[in-house]
Amino acid sequence: MLKYCLKRLGASLITLVIIISVVFILVRQMPIEGYFDNFDKLDEAVIEATLQKMGLRDPIFVQLKNFFVQLLHGDLGTSVRYRIGAPIAGIIAEKAPISAQIGLSSMAVALVLGIPLGAAMARSKSKFWDKFGTLFIVLITAVPSAVYYIFIQMYATEWFHIPMLFDRHNFVTWLLPIFSMALGNIAYYAMWLRRYMVDEMNKDYVRLARAKGVPEKKMMMRHVFRNAFVPMIQYIPSSILYTIGGSIYVESLYSIPGMGGLLVDVIGRQDNPMVQAIVIIYSCIGIVGLLLGDILMGVLDPRISFAKKEGAR
Amino acid sequence: MESILSVKNLNVKFRLRGRVLHAIRDVSLDLFPGESLAIVGESGSGKTVLTKTFIGLLDANGWVDSGEILYGGHNLAEFKTEPQWRTIRGREIAMVMQDPMTSLNPLKTIGAQIIEAILLHQHVSHEEAHRQMIEALSAVGIAEPERRSRQYPHEFSGGMRQRVVIAIAVACRPKILICDEPTTALDVTIQAQILELIKILRQKLHLTCVYITHDFGVVANVADRIAVMYAGDIVEIGSCEEIFYDPRHPYTWALLSSLPQLGRRGEPLYTIQGAPPNLFQEIRGDAFAPRNPHALKIDFEERPPYFDVSETHKARTWLLDPRAPRLDPPESVQALRRREVRV
Repeated sequence: MLKYCLKRLGASLITLVIIISVVFILVRQMPIEGYFDNFDKLDEAVIEATLQKMGLRDPIFVQLKNFFVQLLHGDLGTSVRYRIGAPIAGIIAEKAPISAQIGLSSMAVALVLGIPLGAAMARSKSKFWDKFGTLFIVLITAVPSAVYYIFIQMYATEWFHIPMLFDRHNFVTWLLPIFSMALGNIAYYAMWLRRYMVDEMNKDYVRLARAKGVPEKKMMMRHVFRNAFVPMIQYIPSSILYTIGGSIYVESLYSIPGMGGLLVDVIGRQDNPMVQAIVIIYSCIGIVGLLLGDILMGVLDPRISFAKKEGAR
Repeated sequence: MESILSVKNLNVKFRLRGRVLHAIRDVSLDLFPGESLAIVGESGSGKTVLTKTFIGLLDANGWVDSGEILYGGHNLAEFKTEPQWRTIRGREIAMVMQDPMTSLNPLKTIGAQIIEAILLHQHVSHEEAHRQMIEALSAVGIAEPERRSRQYPHEFSGGMRQRVVIAIAVACRPKILICDEPTTALDVTIQAQILELIKILRQKLHLTCVYITHDFGVVANVADRIAVMYAGDIVEIGSCEEIFYDPRHPYTWALLSSLPQLGRRGEPLYTIQGAPPNLFQEIRGDAFAPRNPHALKIDFEERPPYFDVSETHKARTWLLDPRAPRLDPPESVQALRRREVRV
């Protein structure tokens, strides 16, 4: 088990190094204006001198090495346009909690609603819940999220008399962003859980369990649901990414002072170091999600962790 | 002898794509305590469906249309609810299924799966269930049961898994054990071991066994009585001796003729012409008549009743009617009767 975890961890670290390098090199291809707050007013010599000072005229691999050293010291660089001269880590530390709260709540809501919906769909195959769920899933998947986000903001705020914009001290303003972001994941969880549960229900071991007298409800929980949940775990990372993607748009819509809104903002203002830092943080979250999925899978599925220990005899 | 389970005029139907399929057509069958009955017949003849009605596990689109299944003073054909069935399933009538590779839950230890069955049917403590589980595992010939019980199905081979499935089936001391092609998915050397194991358990636990198979080798090995099924009906039933050496129904003849026999060379293997009847339509006369080279005129018009050959042997064929012309069975069956060849 430990060996398996360490292996996954090692693989994740390598992936992370590759991603950071790619992001770093890509950002270096951006116009150099992104490193100055008042590029237009500066003359050639000053620009050149500043670039030299920032190390941006060094060969790309030297820059990369310096960047990794800097990262290892926990330094994400300094903002050049968004908040001139401020350390990026500080800015993010101030914005991240609110995004994390909203993102985690939306994922929790998605689990709480999506899993029962999927289970209900599987149990009532081609009856009401199944049809209702399918309609919901098709709708959510087919309509671009940007469209229904706007509709929700437009109509729900009016129907329920909720303020349009986010206010961290007013609880009701949290609901719509969280719910909007959860919708995609609800559909996603419900769709896959239904599929895996129907798969499991048709397996022989379920028939045998029935023949040995296991009550239907117990069987659904202990055998079908539990077994269907194992392949579901691989969707945790993608649901994290989906939530991040949603947050970028939703946070700008409701002007939530979080990371997603921040990313849109700094891209608009061409603050290269900020863009770079935020993209790297998002990749880290994605990779942690993947790692989590792999490890959970190993915990829940004995066939994975024991695969090499003692084969079938 | 008093029968332990008695099926009377059972009819089972299925609804498939808007049409009704008549899968079991008026079957009657008595099962006697301690015996082992083999049900043979080709695929789709209703062997499995018949036994599934005993534990109420017909697929959702199937139902018992009429008839009775009498067991322990209850008519199982009238059972509707799950709690009713749970008093039977696993506790009174247990089942061993065809493919051991897929019939165990891959995410639970072997021990947990046996304990689950024990706790469902007996009000015992977990420790006692554990003890019984270990006992069941050693009874089916699994060495180091304590260690093996903590392992998962993927750590067992096919034959070992089938032993575990059998351990689950017998853990609650059922009266009847239904073995649905228990050895089809196993290789030949393992087959013999599993059959031997069931035999031993049958004696030890006084089980009544029903084997479903299309392998006459298995039948000869394990059965006291044989029921031959064709198109949802038992066409002939008798003791093992009687069916092998004195078959009366043309379908039984055809089945036995199509067995490959050791020591016979140069002849192509006999095959039964045609295909089984369409069970979506009501069958007139003898279901086997269209494929039967010996069919009489009446075979196409009226369904034959059972004619008794001996006290234990009866067959549904007009050939046994006193008015029917005398007809000798095919050469290969006569060879069997003269005991020139053995199965």
